[in-house]
Amino acid sequence: MTPSAIASVKTKPAGTGAGPGGAPGRRGPGTVTALRGLAGLAGLVAVLEALPHTGVVSADYLPPASEIGRTLWHLLAENAFWTALADTLTGWGLGLAIAVVAGVVAGVVIGSVPVLRAVTASTIEFLRPIPSVALIPVAVLLYGTDLESTLLLVVYASFWQVLVQVLAGTQDVDPVADDTARSYQLGRWGRVRYVLWPTALPYVMTGVRLASAVALVLAITAELVIGSPGLGHEIAVAQNSGAVSRVYALVLVTGLLGVAINLVARAVERRALHWHQSLRREG
Amino acid sequence: MTVLTAGRRILLLLGMPAVLFAVWWFATADSTDVYFPPLSTILRKFGEVWAGDRLTADILPSLLRLTAGYLLAVAVGVGLGLVVGMSRVVRDVLEPVLELFRAVPPPVLVPVIMLFAGIGDTMKILVIVSGCVWPILLNTVEGVRAVDEVLSDTCRSYGITGPSRLWHLVLRSASPQIVTGMRQSLSIGIILMVISEMFAASNGLGFTIVQFQRTFAIPEMWSGVLLLGLLGFVLSLLFRFAENRALAWYHGLRRAQRDT
Repeated sequence: MTPSAIASVKTKPAGTGAGPGGAPGRRGPGTVTALRGLAGLAGLVAVLEALPHTGVVSADYLPPASEIGRTLWHLLAENAFWTALADTLTGWGLGLAIAVVAGVVAGVVIGSVPVLRAVTASTIEFLRPIPSVALIPVAVLLYGTDLESTLLLVVYASFWQVLVQVLAGTQDVDPVADDTARSYQLGRWGRVRYVLWPTALPYVMTGVRLASAVALVLAITAELVIGSPGLGHEIAVAQNSGAVSRVYALVLVTGLLGVAINLVARAVERRALHWHQSLRREG
Repeated sequence: MTVLTAGRRILLLLGMPAVLFAVWWFATADSTDVYFPPLSTILRKFGEVWAGDRLTADILPSLLRLTAGYLLAVAVGVGLGLVVGMSRVVRDVLEPVLELFRAVPPPVLVPVIMLFAGIGDTMKILVIVSGCVWPILLNTVEGVRAVDEVLSDTCRSYGITGPSRLWHLVLRSASPQIVTGMRQSLSIGIILMVISEMFAASNGLGFTIVQFQRTFAIPEMWSGVLLLGLLGFVLSLLFRFAENRALAWYHGLRRAQRDT
């Protein structure tokens, strides 16, 4: 095997919290940290409330926090809002699911066949950095403003996140474990199931976590730029009609959505890897 | 033998791209489908469209905005990251706020920033900064937090303080993390460069490509998609080159650790 081909697939040595234990336990002496954090959030709200009142920033551009809050409250009573949220989550979830399944399958196949890995390395390195927004015109042309447009962008962007992590994971297989499995006459499938998959799982979960964030960005981008239904589209409409505080309220919703997705992804990662030493050590 | 190995390497490197290229070329060779013009047409248009005036009128402004926004984001992100990372109290207070800001998908900031900065270059640079700064900032914070304690104590006993401590110890040991953040930011920056131009602009790559698509100049549009892809690829190559230069000590260290 050529070492350079391997090295070029595994690009992230320190990478993005890649690999097992990517999420270090972030617990300080609990309550103090939490209180300080709350104080920080309260401070942000206070600044946002005060800025327009002092006239440093015009209230036309930055409505006071109380008004944004009120708009958000009204938003929650609108059916259109919930439909948009559901649309966004559909594009996100469906795209992410397709990307994860495709990425894991492709990664395991490519990763367990050395020849395939060597042959595809350069192609993956070429296709991965292509910004998925380059596909926006293609998506519009092919699918117009339908859900498929969103899916195309989401799947393209998230697929590489998963694939690269899975490839890194399959490379991490302990040769001794693999040889042991061979001596015990495990077939190709058995080795994939009992040696390769447990080794790669932490990497897969990292890939899924990264992909879930990227998928949200691309889902909202598609809605914003292309106009497929969802929160992004609502923001574009609100902006065009000059409903400034509505824009802010919707932006806040997308941020909270991002935080929620991040938390869920971390929780799922912890569940799926509860057996892994990087997590057991903490407990 | 060496010739053989070199040949094998080149085959591995270029084999698959060549095959894919050939498939695209021949599959679309006599294509009459408006949406999928022959690759030969796209490539011919590529030269016509991008080599002339558009090089200075569209590509250059885009790249300048990206560079300005990205460098600004690096400066702000690393600077703030050092401040936040070195004080526990500041970190605790700001962490939830920063996490919230980071979780906002950067493209939704385009409409918000348009309110403040109109639709000129300032808006586009601000959009790029506001999206790129978070990964750099948060990674710098993590990097600063993880400074090796023995090294930190050693610096203290040698009386290394102030700026020289910052430069030789803190920045040095945080640099692998900072670079990780910069890598994430680079791809976000490219996305935002394109999107801010698609939204409101009179020049730039994103603007031109959407214009082609709206006027159904399909081969031109495809050539733009190719160009964007190429741009992403070249920038990531440049980044890796720079990273290997700047972090050679770190990669060497890790290799040595792995070997033992």
